[in-house]
Amino acid sequence: MWQAAGPATGKEKDRVLSTANTQALPISVSHVTKTYGAVHALDDVSLEIESGEFLTLLGPSGSGKTTLLMVLAGFTRPDHGSLKFGDREVIRTPPHLRDVGMTFQSYALFPHMSVAGNVGYPLRLRNVPKAEIAERVAGALETVQLGGFGERRIDQLSGGQRQRVAVARAIVFEPRILLMDEPLSALDKKLRDQMQIELRSLHEKLGMTTVYVTHDQREALTMSDRIAVVNHGRIMQLATPRDLYEKPANRFVADFIGDSTFLPVTRRGQQIVFEDQPLNHAAPAPEAPSLLLMARPERIHLLTGTPQERMNTFEAVAQQVIYQGDSYLLNAQLHNGEIMSLRGAVRQGTVDGLPSEGDRIRLGLAPEDTVIIDGRES
Amino acid sequence: MRWLTSPATETQVTHGQRLWLYVLSVVIMILLVVPTLIVIPMSFSDSQYLEFPPETWSTRWYQNYFGSAEWMLATRTSLKVAFLTMLVATPIGVLAAYGLHASQVAFVRIAFVLLITPMMVPIVLIAVGAFYAYVKLQILYTVTGLVLAHTVLALPLVVIVTGAALKGYDMSQEQAARSLGAPRWRAFLTVTLPQIKFAVVTSALLSFLTSFDEVIVAMFISGGDNPTLTRNMFNALRDQIDPTIASISTIMVLVTTGAMVLAQVFGQQRK
Ligand SMILES: Nc1ncnc2c1ncn2[C@@H]1O[C@H](COP(=O)(O)OP(=O)(O)O)[C@@H](O)[C@H]1O
Ligand SMILES: [Mg+2]
Repeated sequence: MWQAAGPATGKEKDRVLSTANTQALPISVSHVTKTYGAVHALDDVSLEIESGEFLTLLGPSGSGKTTLLMVLAGFTRPDHGSLKFGDREVIRTPPHLRDVGMTFQSYALFPHMSVAGNVGYPLRLRNVPKAEIAERVAGALETVQLGGFGERRIDQLSGGQRQRVAVARAIVFEPRILLMDEPLSALDKKLRDQMQIELRSLHEKLGMTTVYVTHDQREALTMSDRIAVVNHGRIMQLATPRDLYEKPANRFVADFIGDSTFLPVTRRGQQIVFEDQPLNHAAPAPEAPSLLLMARPERIHLLTGTPQERMNTFEAVAQQVIYQGDSYLLNAQLHNGEIMSLRGAVRQGTVDGLPSEGDRIRLGLAPEDTVIIDGRES
Repeated sequence: MRWLTSPATETQVTHGQRLWLYVLSVVIMILLVVPTLIVIPMSFSDSQYLEFPPETWSTRWYQNYFGSAEWMLATRTSLKVAFLTMLVATPIGVLAAYGLHASQVAFVRIAFVLLITPMMVPIVLIAVGAFYAYVKLQILYTVTGLVLAHTVLALPLVVIVTGAALKGYDMSQEQAARSLGAPRWRAFLTVTLPQIKFAVVTSALLSFLTSFDEVIVAMFISGGDNPTLTRNMFNALRDQIDPTIASISTIMVLVTTGAMVLAQVFGQQRK
């Protein structure tokens, strides 16, 4: 957690950054296009980011996330489009006048300055009096759990500490917008998980509008208010983590977020059918030329007795069971040849008692988990 | 000897097997240095003629050099031109290297080739070209003319040395500085420049030496009120063999070596 461990003295408390003078700003991106030769790095992107929101740009490598962030920061000038911070059009504003805090994938700390020198840099640029700089630098370092590290050299810090210094430097001048480009991608998994929580609570505390870039779907689901899934320079879907997982707009999003089995289905009158079998589904199916049934592995049941009412059932032949520690994965072949994967919790440390290869089994899917999606890739 | 059979590298090649390489290296180093060092004893000769090894010793040729108004004028010219060349070539070259590094336009490659052309064409061509151009421009035999020509010769070195340093520098630091509120020039001065300063100092010293040691261009465009030391030495050698040359050479070797050592020291500190 960012909050200092143990009770802070009154003086320390004052030094910690406060939300009071950090007013967040909404960001409005409209019709932004950026091409590099034949590559559309950004293809007519429009996006409304709410004031104080934690929004994540999620997408595979090369999808245009960094380019969009660079447009927000002012380092990349789009071919056309408009960008507003609050009511102010900033597309022509140079980076140093945008008042945007930013962290870089490589941290981009200044190795010729101490930790305090780095964090104080934006304040020195703003001609803040010396004594106040010292106070605010100490406060920002406190906020990122690096109190007392001011005199250290950058090369004496671990990766996680460097990341914290980069964050302290980006927030010390109390910008109203914070941009972060894959800040945790260089850290190992344990530290990454911890920093996700820390960054999220820092956001809660400071309340600035935050645009966060990652290619890690779990990280995005953990941290964000909303997620914009990006592919080929376009926004595929903008939704809350829950909606993104439960109601993906198309196959690309469904495939990118979480695991799933896709079965081709067709519309027959009022019904959606899979291989002549009418399906019960809770949410209405989208209007699209091709439709897919999306089944999340952890939502599929292995049926033994009579299924619940309205549950969709599928006859299948068991294939291998894969032990994965916290859970197992059972692959089963439907009679049309499609493979359905089912994930279940490992109990009593064993996967004995599960069907073995070649067994005939029945799989069940509740109507709420029978999600019909647009079958197109985008 | 144990040393001969002990491994010289991780591949188990022994020092004994490497012996030929060590001998060859020492011979090459001697061949590189001796012609330069041989002038030192010669400069302390008491003889009327250049002589090696000297039979009697004196410092008369040093006195002759420091007592001669002509040699002093040439020395002043050379130092002045070298210093000004350093002051002109270093900032221009550093900015050029930075521009080439930061820019993404295709023209950059052409610009780079143009900038280092003076290093690739025969210097005598530059000398002849400068001579005729300077006659037209009426800056023949002037410090201005010399500084301009020497700047042309020094720029490739500055661009290459500084450019190499920028290759190892993470430009996102400058972006970070700009996002934190620094205009681009200030980001360059406070973040980029301090991290390439050793390359810049090395470039400056090399610019100084390029000018100070240069003779071919100086033969054509220096003279009159502004002869360079190298030009006068060359002429003196052609007209009469005077041991004063040896004493001047010794001083030049000291100046040059001093500058190179400084450059090395700064280069080492980069780590
Ligand atoms: N300066 C550039 N010159 C040419 N192509 C670029 C440049 N920057 C990005 N691109 C291209 O634009 C696309 C999007 O890149 P980027 O925004 O870096 O993706 P991401 O950050 O999502 O991995 C990629 O295809 C990339 O090759
Ligand atoms: Mg990127």
